[in-house]
Amino acid sequence: MRLKDNDILHYALRNRKLRIGLAIIAFFMLVMLAGPLFARWEARERAGLYPSAPPNSTNWMGTTKMKEDIFSQFIFGTQSTFLIGFLAGCIGTTIGLSIGFFAGYVGGWFDELLMMLTNILLVIPSIALLIILAAYLPYRGVQIQSVIIGCTAWPWVARAVRSQTLSLKQRGFVSLARISGVSPLRIIFEDIAPNMLSYVVMVFILQFGGAILYAVALDFIGLGPTRGISLGLMMQEAFQNNALQVGYWWWFIPSGLSITLIVSGLFFLNTGLDEVFNPKLRDQ
Amino acid sequence: MSVEVENLKFYYRTRKGSVKALDDVSFSIADGEILGIAGESGCGKSTLSNGLIHVCPPMELAGGSVRLDGKNLPLDKPDEMNTYRFRNLSIIPQYALNAMNPTVKIGRYVQDLMQSRGIDYSAIEKLFADRLRFVRLPEGIQKRYPIELSGGMKQRVVMVISTLLNPSLLLCDEITSALDVSTQKVVSALVAAFRDEKIVKSVSFVTHDVPVLYQIADRILIMYAGQVAEAGPTEEIIHAAKHPYTQALVAAMPEMASTYRQKKHASIPGKPPALLDPPEGCRFKERCPYRMPCCDERPQKRLVGNGHEVYCWKEDL
Amino acid sequence: MKKYISRKIFMYLLTFFVAISINWLIPRMMPGDPILNLISKLSRQATNNARLYAELNQKFGMDKPLFSQYLLYLKNLTQGDLGQSIIFYPKTVAAIVSKALPYSLTLTIPAILLSFLVGNYLGALAARKKMLDNTVLPFWYVLTATPYLWLSMLLAWLLGSKLNLFPISGAYSFSRLPSATLSFVLDYLHHWVLPFASIFFVQLGGWAIGMRNLIIYELDADYSKYLRALGAPDKLVRRYAYRNARLPQITGLAVQLGVVVVGAITTEVVFGYPGIGLILAQAILGQDYFVVQGAFLMVVLCVLGANFFIDIAYIFIDPRVRHSMIGD
Repeated sequence: MRLKDNDILHYALRNRKLRIGLAIIAFFMLVMLAGPLFARWEARERAGLYPSAPPNSTNWMGTTKMKEDIFSQFIFGTQSTFLIGFLAGCIGTTIGLSIGFFAGYVGGWFDELLMMLTNILLVIPSIALLIILAAYLPYRGVQIQSVIIGCTAWPWVARAVRSQTLSLKQRGFVSLARISGVSPLRIIFEDIAPNMLSYVVMVFILQFGGAILYAVALDFIGLGPTRGISLGLMMQEAFQNNALQVGYWWWFIPSGLSITLIVSGLFFLNTGLDEVFNPKLRDQ
Repeated sequence: MSVEVENLKFYYRTRKGSVKALDDVSFSIADGEILGIAGESGCGKSTLSNGLIHVCPPMELAGGSVRLDGKNLPLDKPDEMNTYRFRNLSIIPQYALNAMNPTVKIGRYVQDLMQSRGIDYSAIEKLFADRLRFVRLPEGIQKRYPIELSGGMKQRVVMVISTLLNPSLLLCDEITSALDVSTQKVVSALVAAFRDEKIVKSVSFVTHDVPVLYQIADRILIMYAGQVAEAGPTEEIIHAAKHPYTQALVAAMPEMASTYRQKKHASIPGKPPALLDPPEGCRFKERCPYRMPCCDERPQKRLVGNGHEVYCWKEDL
Repeated sequence: MKKYISRKIFMYLLTFFVAISINWLIPRMMPGDPILNLISKLSRQATNNARLYAELNQKFGMDKPLFSQYLLYLKNLTQGDLGQSIIFYPKTVAAIVSKALPYSLTLTIPAILLSFLVGNYLGALAARKKMLDNTVLPFWYVLTATPYLWLSMLLAWLLGSKLNLFPISGAYSFSRLPSATLSFVLDYLHHWVLPFASIFFVQLGGWAIGMRNLIIYELDADYSKYLRALGAPDKLVRRYAYRNARLPQITGLAVQLGVVVVGAITTEVVFGYPGIGLILAQAILGQDYFVVQGAFLMVVLCVLGANFFIDIAYIFIDPRVRHSMIGD
């Protein structure tokens, strides 16, 4: 069908899930970029007059038990949570892509070895690995957290990319390039990668969202950044200070809600893209 | 006549407009007749089979009617069509090798199917076994999963299931194209046998493979770009084709080329027109060696022999 | 079939071996003295410190070459010796972990199974039904994007603190001792509802989405087209699609197990539910690394065991797998 190429843009613009996802992500981008202009305190600064004050005209989202401004924490926490998701997503996607590509492309014992490794890491729950890694790190920053999350999240990407590569390899143009003596790297980057681009974007989005959820869980069980703030850390502190029992809802509702929204936004984006690139899933 | 198709139109609705995949097609199939339908891919022959059995989006019925045993088929009402499907008209699909549910045993499948159609399975169980034997499938196949069968066996199982209720019209959609030559012969012979045994009354046998039709069809209908080009008895179509397209198509067949004593065409130059916005008049005109000014108008049906119809303006047919 | 099963067993043993090796390797790869790291909590209260340090040095054979240390570690493991807890001194890690395990299992197994069944059912119901699909699908996405711990906190706050419908801490009331009486069981269930619901609902979304997408593919498959061509009613077409879509979902169940662990751990922390997750969190805060390692091993073992079980069960569920093994 020659109509197909233009169709993609058409369906992309018309797809509701894609639009909702983009709107949510754009909103949080705005929060992160414009937010600091309105955040009048540092995350750990004593900001309010009263501890645990509900939202008011000075502290728009209230204060913590330590008199910190929750709105400021929320802005900076969103930034670091987003950053962790993005970095970890990049790392996980890159590792998974490379391993999957080369395993599928090279084949043979190389493939078997890599897939054995992948399958082993796939069954070991990554949160357990993360905990054992994070627990022994004396210092944990946002970057380190991203690295360990990225390094434990790649196995399913590798497996999926490998099977995609295998199926693309079977198509004619790759063997044609091979016969003509083009280097494998060029084949991968010029022939296979573009064909997988949409797929890679979707994988990245899923990794992004997944990493945020893992980071939040790590923060909550006490393995979050040792300095600074994140949405997960906010919830942990709220919990530790009995916010549930005492009813300091402003301490944990905004942070949890935005994590849920960001991750839903990413999932919507992913599904929307899937529907755009995959006609079978479109509404009939 | 058990099947009468009149001015039938199936369009595909797309963003850019209607693709006129089947545009004003009329023909009929007599009792006990196998009508072969041939043409290049995209000529509308598969649309015809699929549309007769199940009109579903994006395909839509854009006009025309189909009478089966004197009754009008409610093609535009999928639910009402359900009562006719399987009982009165049935299909052996192109994808016969994947048509069975891989996780359901064959006997169980037929049982579920019958129950869902409100038919007592125990009444039909013996017939099913007989038919399986008729197509020379081994005993006990009802207890097997489709994945345990070879391609040829799966094909025959589907043929038996599709014809189990003795439908008046059997649609065969490219059933030989996925098979090797020897299995092709077995399968076409079985279709003929179904007709001979009066298991089915009439057959529409769609294929792009004209030599196969030469073996089993009583009449052949040649389609081009969603319309009928020519229809007539098999011998006449193969050896005395009148329409320039049919001539080219027949000449392009390697086995037939030696007996056909006109100019030899290795293949037909050019492409069929896009059906989103087909040209006025004869749709073959762009590729036709005999093009005339009047080809810009749609050619009328002309009878050139006993049951031999041609849609062409050329005078000396 | 035998070959298939023995290959699976080999892979799982290998995986378990890798996991226990990681468990041994990571503390030794980190900067500083591994034993000091392990008992860092005690370094603040120096009384027992020197003695414990010497004892552990001896036990782990720190004076010996690395490889012998590793063998020693394996030997201790085979004897079920996971080490000594520091914050729960003098309990052994093995005792702590095995006491916590039943709580985690009674929480997660029903949550996983029920969310699997209900989620698949609801997902299948909505697939290819425009109105229903459009209204419930966003809801599934939000559920699956919700952090377990946040849902736990919401439920604890709303239904626990505010409405006082459910207790929000522990597996049973402080005043009670576990017993086989009806009143204890009711009390236990009362405590169980909210943590269960947290895991159940987040999981539910994922299953429903997965099933919906699979059903869409199955309804498009050739066998579904054939059924429709034979005039089979929608009910049968959907029943068959569901039957086949269940199979990849069962594989998905194995994959999900690793993710459920996240939910189990954080939910247990929120509700102070005395399972492996809570032990783990307490051990992390108290820097009780033996317990962290013990809990790690226990989690890995459970997930591997469940995966293995699913792999074997799959042979009996999917005739295609069974058939492909005849050649083996």
